[in-house]
Amino acid sequence: MVRRITLPLTKELAETLHAGDTICLTGTIYTSRDAGHKRMCEALNRGEALPFNPEDATIYYVGPTPAKPGQVIGSAGPTTSGRMDAYAPALMSAGVRGMIGKGARLPEVVEAMKTYSGVYFGAIGGAGALLAKCIRKSELIAYEDLGAEALRKLYVEDMPLVVIIDSKGRNLYEEGRAAYLASKK
Amino acid sequence: MREIEVRRITEVVERLCIEANEHLPEDVKCALRDCRVQEDGEIARGVLDNIIENFEIADREQVPVCQDTGMACVFLEIGQEVHLTGGTLTEAVDEGVRRGYEKGYLRKSVVMDPVRRGNTGDNTPAVLYTEIVPGEHVTITVGPKGFGSENMSALRMFKPSAGLQGIKDFILETVEAAGPNPCPPMVVGVGIGGTFDKAALLAKKALMRPLDSSHPDPFYADLEREMLQKINELGIGPQGFGGRTTALGVNIETMPTHIAGMPCAVNISCHVTRHKTEVI
Repeated sequence: MVRRITLPLTKELAETLHAGDTICLTGTIYTSRDAGHKRMCEALNRGEALPFNPEDATIYYVGPTPAKPGQVIGSAGPTTSGRMDAYAPALMSAGVRGMIGKGARLPEVVEAMKTYSGVYFGAIGGAGALLAKCIRKSELIAYEDLGAEALRKLYVEDMPLVVIIDSKGRNLYEEGRAAYLASKK
Repeated sequence: MREIEVRRITEVVERLCIEANEHLPEDVKCALRDCRVQEDGEIARGVLDNIIENFEIADREQVPVCQDTGMACVFLEIGQEVHLTGGTLTEAVDEGVRRGYEKGYLRKSVVMDPVRRGNTGDNTPAVLYTEIVPGEHVTITVGPKGFGSENMSALRMFKPSAGLQGIKDFILETVEAAGPNPCPPMVVGVGIGGTFDKAALLAKKALMRPLDSSHPDPFYADLEREMLQKINELGIGPQGFGGRTTALGVNIETMPTHIAGMPCAVNISCHVTRHKTEVI
């Protein structure tokens, strides 16, 4: 069954989400990849503010293709989250709670998620044309010089996601695979 | 002798960059639809439904299937009776990539230095391979390669004593380590033999081969089938959420090697395995 949720991702809302839940997400999210994360963490280290309010915020790991005329945004599927692992705990300590991406996370990220009630959502990797359809607004807010890696504020409607790792540290990659293998025995 | 102006190569590369990124090859689409039928888990089926809907949107609206429109791998088979005129071949290919990525609204994902980074802004240079073949034609294949899957690839220099079992274990180990990262269902390209560098190129070329083809040698054709079955018994499943379909296909390319060695490269690709060919 699909569950519809609306952002911001408060602690209370985050704790009701469980690994394996199928979600339709609506609300404001921010895009960032490797280079943007590096800059945001450097800003935090200098005691500066982030380009957006991180409290209960959700970051989408994506570098979209350029929008064609008439499009809100180009194709916009997730990139591999593991490259943001070095930065994710620092951003969560600043208030970020949701992450949307694909692929495995390091144990230290999962630990930070347990500490800060974070949620790691999976968007379908490679489904850039489909996911772009859920993005209703896109606004460039920082790091324009990074091109595809610039920070954007997006408004998404009914974005199809799956909870991969929940705030208790349960992990769909482990549980889903184990369940499939058990069903074949 | 047949004269071909290099600007014609520019035009074809430009067009192939756009078409390869917007339209998945038919064999990949067929494989995805077949796997959807065989999958019985709710999450796995949902993922494959979305993947199928995604390539249908890309076809219909002429937009990139995936936002990682890749590094442009360009393979040229140049007939030895051809004389290329009107410019430099490498520059002509890069110009085609430059124009294709601009005109097609494709993402520019290439940095000018591997350590110091800095986007080149036009997705050049291409990764260009040329081969001289008999005849008077130029066959151009463009395969945009995404890096979520490229990053999960591996190469090992085996002792010959490792034998077939060593290769089987290495392929499975590489897929297992890749897990959910390369956007499964994946396509697995394997290169066995040659030298260190040649094994890697064979693995890349294996990804350009249709999924409904097999190695001409029955020994390796059997190995392709066996490895696909073994990979799909790992349970990683679509997107790594668990399920039957971890890979759509395993393509193996081979060549003779040295008495002392048995190089093996495994090049992982995603469900958006793209390539398009045109002959001039």
